[in-house]
Amino acid sequence: MQYLTLAFVFTLAMFLGLELIRKIPSQLHTPLMSGSNAISGICLIGAMALAPLTEDSPFALGLATAAVAFAAINVVGGYLVTHRMLSMFQGKKGESK
Amino acid sequence: MIYVAAVLFFASAIGFILGLRMLRRPETARRGNMVSAFGMLCAVLGTLAETIAHGHFNTLAAVCVLGGLAIGAAIGFPAARFVKMTAMPEMVALFNGFGGIASLLIGWSQTQMAVAGAEQAGGMGPMLIKLTGGQPNVVTLATFFAILIGGVTFTGSLVAFGKLSERITTKPVLYPGQNIVNGLAVLVAVILGIWFAVAPDQIWLLYILIPLSFVLGVAVVIPIGGGDMPVVISLLNSYSGLAACAAGFAVNSPLLIIIGALVGASGLILTRIMCLAMNRSLSNVLFSGFGSASTSGGGGSGEKKEARILSPQDAYHVLEAAQSVIFVPGYGMAVAQAQHAVKQLADVLKANGCEVKHVIHPVAGRMPGHMNVLLAEANVEYEDLAVPEDVNPMMETIDVAIVIGANDVVNPAALTDKDSPIYGMPIIEVHRAKTVFTLKRSLRSGYAGIDNPLFYMENNAMVLGDAKKTVEALIAEFKSED
Repeated sequence: MQYLTLAFVFTLAMFLGLELIRKIPSQLHTPLMSGSNAISGICLIGAMALAPLTEDSPFALGLATAAVAFAAINVVGGYLVTHRMLSMFQGKKGESK
Repeated sequence: MIYVAAVLFFASAIGFILGLRMLRRPETARRGNMVSAFGMLCAVLGTLAETIAHGHFNTLAAVCVLGGLAIGAAIGFPAARFVKMTAMPEMVALFNGFGGIASLLIGWSQTQMAVAGAEQAGGMGPMLIKLTGGQPNVVTLATFFAILIGGVTFTGSLVAFGKLSERITTKPVLYPGQNIVNGLAVLVAVILGIWFAVAPDQIWLLYILIPLSFVLGVAVVIPIGGGDMPVVISLLNSYSGLAACAAGFAVNSPLLIIIGALVGASGLILTRIMCLAMNRSLSNVLFSGFGSASTSGGGGSGEKKEARILSPQDAYHVLEAAQSVIFVPGYGMAVAQAQHAVKQLADVLKANGCEVKHVIHPVAGRMPGHMNVLLAEANVEYEDLAVPEDVNPMMETIDVAIVIGANDVVNPAALTDKDSPIYGMPIIEVHRAKTVFTLKRSLRSGYAGIDNPLFYMENNAMVLGDAKKTVEALIAEFKSED
C-alpha cells in the first residue's frame, strides 16, 4: 500500500513536471537546464538521511559521506552558475530602464 | 522536531515547484532560482531535523554529514564562481555527473549497510525492512535503478564534459555493431536488476552492475557528435532527476521522489524542444552517429572550390555602405570571447545609420540559449535579438550577414543536400543575403565535422583570424574614419 502511494505521487509529479515546462523562451533554455540540474542535486537529502543510519558499516558511511559531498557540489555549483547566468539578463534590463 | 521537518519538507516542495515555474519567464527567472534554492535549503534543514528527531544524529554522523556538505560547498562554490561564461555548458555537464554519482553512492551505501547488519537482523530481507520500513524487493529494485541510471549519468556527463571542453575528440566514435553491443549491455543490466530484486542477498550482482553502468554511460555518449552535446546534457539532466527519484524509492523519501520526477519530466520536455529545433528525432540524435561516415559523401565530394578571402579593411568598405546587417553568432564567438566586441561593432554600425539584428539559432553554441546568455553579458538589448523565422523570409533584403564562429546553423546543405547528415534542420539562410562575411579561425570544417558549401558561394567572403581581433579591427576602421 505504501508503494502504491509513492508510485501515485511519482506519476503526479511527472505530469506536473511536463506541465511546468512549456513555452520557454529560448534565451531561458540554458538557465533552465542549469537550474533544474541544481534541483536534481536533491539526492543530497537522500545521502544526508542515509549517513546517520550507517552505524554498523564504516564503508557504507564513507560511501554516504562521499554522496553528500558530490551532491553538495551539484547543488551549490548548480545554483550559483544559474544565478550568474540570470544576473546577466537582470543587469541588461536594469540599464534599459 | 518531526513536525518541524514536515513543515520544512512542505515548504521545500512548494519552493521547488514555484521556483521552476518562475524560471519560465525572463522577468521572474532570477527570483525563481532563489526560490528554488530556498526550497533546497528547507529540504536540507528538514532532513537534519528529521534525523535529530529520530535520534540518529550522533557525533560521527554529524561530522560526516556536515563535513560532506562543507567539502561539497568548498568545491562547488569556487568552481561555479570563477568558471568563464563560455565554459558554462561543460561545467553544467560536470555538476550533473556529480549528481548522478551521488545517487549511485546512495544505492551502494544502503546495500552495504544492509549487508553489515544482515546477520544480526536475520538476513538481507529483514535488515532492509528494518532500514527502510519497506518491501525488500522493491527497495533493491529501486537501488538497482538508482545505481544504473546514476552510473550512466555520471560517466555519460563526464564524456559530454570532455567533448564540450575538447579534451576528447568531438567526432562521433563509431565501431561496427555498436548499437547491438549497447543493446546487449542494457539487456545484461536488466537481467542483473531483476535478479537483484528477486534475490536481494546476492550482493555480488552490485559489483558487476556498477562497472557495467559506467561502461554503458561512456558507450551511449561516445558515438554522439560534439554538436549534439546540448541535447545529451539535457537528457542526462533528466536522467539524474530519475536517478534521484529511484534513490527516493530506495530510501523511502517522498520529497526525493517528487522533486526527482519533476526534474526528470522537465528535462525530457527540454530535450524534446531542442530536438524539434534541429528537426530531428531523439532516436536520430542518439543512434545515428551524426556527422561521421555519411559526411564524406555529402559536401566534400569531388572538386575543391576556392573560398574568397577578405581582409578586415576590405570588409569595412562593404559594411560602411550597408543599410541592414545581421550578426549570426555561434560557438566561435564564445571561444573568442568576442561578444563585447560584437556589441561595440553593432553600436558603431547603428551610429552609421544601419539596421542591426542578432539572429540566434536555437541550437547555436553548445547549449540552447548559449548565445543569448553571452549577448546578454555584453548588454545587447532584447529588441535587437531575432529568431531565424523572423529573418529568413526577408533575407534577400539584408545587405551583410556576418557569421561569427557559426557553421552548421548556416550550412545550406541542410536545405539542398539529401545526403548531408544535417539535411532537414532549419537553418539561418544567410546564403540568400546580398553579402556574407564568415569570421572563422581557419577553413577547417565545423564542430560537427561537416563541410559547408556556404564558404564557396559567390556572395560569401571569409575573414580569417580570431573573431574578436577581426571585429575589433573592423571597429578600428570605423573609428579611424571619423
